[in-house]
Amino acid sequence: MPSTRRTLRAGGPPALRRASHAPGRSLPPVAVFVLVTLCAILLSGAAPEKHLSVYSTAANYSLPVVQRDGHDYVGLLELLEPLGTVNAKADGPRWRLRYNRVEGDFQTGKNRARIQGRDADLPAAFLVENGRGLIPVAALGVLLPRFLGGPVSLHEDSERLFIGSVATHFTASLAADNPARLVFHFTSPVNPFVSTEPGALRLTFGREPVVAPASPTLTFGSKTIPSATYSESNGTAIITVNSTAPVMASFSSDGRTVTISPTSAAAAAAQNAPTSAAPGTLGTQPQSSSAPNTPAQPVPRHYFAVVDAAHGGDDRGETLSSTLVEKDVTLILARSLRQELESRGISTLVLRDSDANLTLEQRAIVSNTNHAAIYISLHAASIGHGVRIYTALLPSGGDDRGPFHSWTTSQRTSLPLSQNTAASVATEMQKRQIPVRTLTAPLRPLNNVTAAALAVELAPQGSDVMQLTAPDYQQLVTSAVATAIAAARDNLGAAQ
Amino acid sequence: MIPRQLIIGVTVLLLAVLGMSAYVWRMRRHAAALPAVSADTRPLAPPVAGPTEQVTLFVAHDEDGSLRPQAAQIPLPSGRQERAQELLRSLLALYLDKSSTHPLASGAEVRSVFLVDPGVAVIDLNGAFADGHRSGVLVEDLTIASLIHTISANTPGILKVRILVDGKERETLAGHADLSDFYDVTAVNQLSSQLASAQ
Repeated sequence: MPSTRRTLRAGGPPALRRASHAPGRSLPPVAVFVLVTLCAILLSGAAPEKHLSVYSTAANYSLPVVQRDGHDYVGLLELLEPLGTVNAKADGPRWRLRYNRVEGDFQTGKNRARIQGRDADLPAAFLVENGRGLIPVAALGVLLPRFLGGPVSLHEDSERLFIGSVATHFTASLAADNPARLVFHFTSPVNPFVSTEPGALRLTFGREPVVAPASPTLTFGSKTIPSATYSESNGTAIITVNSTAPVMASFSSDGRTVTISPTSAAAAAAQNAPTSAAPGTLGTQPQSSSAPNTPAQPVPRHYFAVVDAAHGGDDRGETLSSTLVEKDVTLILARSLRQELESRGISTLVLRDSDANLTLEQRAIVSNTNHAAIYISLHAASIGHGVRIYTALLPSGGDDRGPFHSWTTSQRTSLPLSQNTAASVATEMQKRQIPVRTLTAPLRPLNNVTAAALAVELAPQGSDVMQLTAPDYQQLVTSAVATAIAAARDNLGAAQ
Repeated sequence: MIPRQLIIGVTVLLLAVLGMSAYVWRMRRHAAALPAVSADTRPLAPPVAGPTEQVTLFVAHDEDGSLRPQAAQIPLPSGRQERAQELLRSLLALYLDKSSTHPLASGAEVRSVFLVDPGVAVIDLNGAFADGHRSGVLVEDLTIASLIHTISANTPGILKVRILVDGKERETLAGHADLSDFYDVTAVNQLSSQLASAQ
């Protein structure tokens, strides 16, 4: 057995090996365990990464926030880039920035900046790190109006920045039904992340410029839904609905209305409950162990749309020209489509946001596990002209057996919805004078996706394949796709 | 003072690097001199002779992305399986022609067709067919629809078609069209109807 112990030590991690050969300096196992435990505790308790959410008419986006000397900072160039033409130049301690026609002059370590010839005081020193100009978040409320020429509202504690009149307001009212329903009306479409926990349902708005009501706590005088609270933190707005029974959220009016109502079991319990039921009965009945069936909880949806830049990594797709391959075009298209969708309030996940290898199975799994309402695969081709929109050509067989669904024909139940959405996208393309065709194709992973699934293949309008990289053409196509999906949002959302 | 053995060692290594570089350079030149496609283009079966029959081939046209029926008079053997095989070879002959409307790679060939009851056809293509096929959803869609619609329209009773390459399963034809499962003939014929109209 001693020989076994020697072998194990020799094969262990290098750090431990070195320690074992240093008599008197080796760490006892208990000390190693304590160190590892301490590291784990420290890591688990690490503060989440901070973000600044920016809302504007041009785009909604978020930026990483870094801390320096106790102050929060963001990159000024990154902040202004989505809003207009901007360039910056570092010149020794000076850092100059030009946004459209406005010039700003900053000096590293100084609390004063000069914008269009006028001085501006900063609450903390301006910093330059690796050529990147960092501005204190607290300064944005004063500084940005000078660059942008319009009003800016900064929620400094929650890291939320509103440029112009973009805020989404909401009202909450209790519908006098049995059981009670809480109805939120928003001034713009919203698509929050919905999560539940015992006694509460939470709507988290990461990308919508939702702002507080007159009072952060709303009371409704209902036993089932007594109150709701509004809060903001780390770039998000959160509405927490407190309830004594399991509740669920449903969306209507193109995403402008969110209705919170008891789940079907809770509703049935409420309707069957004797009128003389004591307070609290509603909350306890659905949790009774004698209930025959617990209704399915609403599935949490992380993203409404999943956009898949086809190919990537070793799979180059079609070689469109000597300098252009399909995988690069699809990546640019995917980013453009994400921007178009998100500008319409549709939360979007781009499956491949770099030159990564992804299998067809992985693509379908990500879409299915996110419970996305629609999956869009993007392709590019040199043959033909205009746009082709494909839905799945399902393979033969793949019969479902009871609750078990075939992987190869997972798309079957969603196929009519996919075809309707494809027709809507084609209509939008025609409105924009883009030649378009709708076809079926044996194109994986369309057949493996459980939600509505489309593939969009972009070909040049003329003979020049380089048109595929033209931002105008790409934006024309992606805006058509996004408009059609936004119009079909209710149908797509209801299908899940 | 540099040790003598170090000088000798470095010299030997340098010579080895130079030798390897020369060898690699020579091999690269040799590889470049080889023809781009080294596929075996020799025919696999003798040409069929005898009385001809009228058949309908579904021919892909890349210029407008359409699939159109085209009548052809070709000699066909009597056996059902051999007929299906000959039918597809005639279709490929069109695609391999200089004036092809849907060019395939030189050396593309149907190795064999197997008709398996009930209603299953297996088309075995050669490697040159798939390896040299152009990539793209539409262009691969056209090839698949052309093969399957041609064989099913002229060989009654085929309900499902499986496509193999060199006798083996393959994930896609050229990066897009799925070859990992059986094709449903009805679904492919619907695709052919969609492709019948030009873009």
